[in-house]
Amino acid sequence: MGVGIEVKNLNAWYGQTHTLRDINLTIPANSATALIGPSGCGKSTFVRCLNRMHETNPSARVEGMVKVGDIDIYNDAAPVEIRRRVGMVFQRPNPFPTMSIYDNVASGLKLNGFHNRKVLDEVVERSLKQAALWNEVKDDLKKKSGASLSGGQQQRLCIARALAVDPEVLLMDEPASALDPASTSKIEDLIFELKDEYSIVIVTHNMQQAARVAENTGFFLNGQLVEFAPTSTIFTKPHDKRTEDYITGRFG
Amino acid sequence: MRIKFHQNLDGLKERLLVMAGLAEQAIQRATEAYRTRDFSLCDLVFQSEPAINRMEREIDEMAYELLATEQPMAIDLRFILAVIRINADVERVGDQAVNIASRAVEMGTHSNIDLPVDIPKLASLAQAMVRKSLQSFIEADAEMARSVLTMDDEVDAMNKAAYKALTEMIQVQPELTPQALNVLIIARNLERVGDHATNIAEDVIFWVQGSDVRHSGPIPRDVP
Repeated sequence: MGVGIEVKNLNAWYGQTHTLRDINLTIPANSATALIGPSGCGKSTFVRCLNRMHETNPSARVEGMVKVGDIDIYNDAAPVEIRRRVGMVFQRPNPFPTMSIYDNVASGLKLNGFHNRKVLDEVVERSLKQAALWNEVKDDLKKKSGASLSGGQQQRLCIARALAVDPEVLLMDEPASALDPASTSKIEDLIFELKDEYSIVIVTHNMQQAARVAENTGFFLNGQLVEFAPTSTIFTKPHDKRTEDYITGRFG
Repeated sequence: MRIKFHQNLDGLKERLLVMAGLAEQAIQRATEAYRTRDFSLCDLVFQSEPAINRMEREIDEMAYELLATEQPMAIDLRFILAVIRINADVERVGDQAVNIASRAVEMGTHSNIDLPVDIPKLASLAQAMVRKSLQSFIEADAEMARSVLTMDDEVDAMNKAAYKALTEMIQVQPELTPQALNVLIIARNLERVGDHATNIAEDVIFWVQGSDVRHSGPIPRDVP
């Protein structure tokens, strides 16, 4: 099951650049939350702070508290454990190119020490089914490489790979921006399915996509969270003039 | 910046105001025809109706195209939704003008008598409501739009008073029933014009402030 995320006074830096300023936010469990805002506003940095990816950059620094479920991720657990609980899917599909479809999905489990063939088979099948890819690849699991799939299939493979380690939260950083409309629809349908079992945070530049898939939406600008509200409010009657100006294309 | 989109929104507003100008003029001519018995004005009202109807379709098409191609949000979305609704109300104002003009022509076939209803005053109030509601649309002024809502009470009260006076007159002087019925219908048409102005004002409030104030007043009883 998904868990909620609580963020308190979160600040982040790249070197001297203060990229996130005093973010306070509660993301509900088992729902999709969209983050929107112009390029460079801090939304991607924010999601990278939710699974401790931000600190993989040597010049990066984080202050504040992030709780995923009951776990204070900067104090109670190791980064590797956090990244297992909080999976991530990126803008460009990034399957391991030389690995088979099967090994791509199983890679996370293998890294965590699972080698029981029966368990791996079950997890690979379940994850590919959850990612709505099973029917398209089940006959070629070990014959074809991840890189041989279409862009949309590769992205669903990456989602399957993220799901295989049984996360509680799934972060998606513009997961459909490199895909055609049909593949985008599949990813969006998938988000609908997955939020019953996971909490999903999706960064997107496509505001219609945010409006379609997310229960709540946050608008970031210049490293600040300007507004966080039910999606229907953000896109029909936002409270903050800056939100309205952004989503109506008056700037950004 | 979505410059072309915002220019298209301005174009939509401008087109709606041109149509509203025709509808306003039609109401003014129809009531003037009643007052002066100059029935050539009624012909002008009848001639303007097809143009108003054509513009209604054209404005709807412009709005649908913007919805489909621009996928507007927030205040822009509310604006286009408001325009679609205002468009329908303005067209109905044009229809009421045609109804009033038809009644005025019918009145011309009967002798001119004094009737216990001040139609010019009622018409002037209803027209003021239409003018103010459209002004609030031009200026995106929700407060001005709210003031239209209160004006509707007076128009309703005058329509009710007309109904009472005319039904009493029919009982006392049944030979004047045709004239009384015509005036009753004209009063009702003008009351409907006030209702359309109220709708337009409510749509302006929705557009500017995002609040839906429709059906939030007291429910009218014993409406004639």
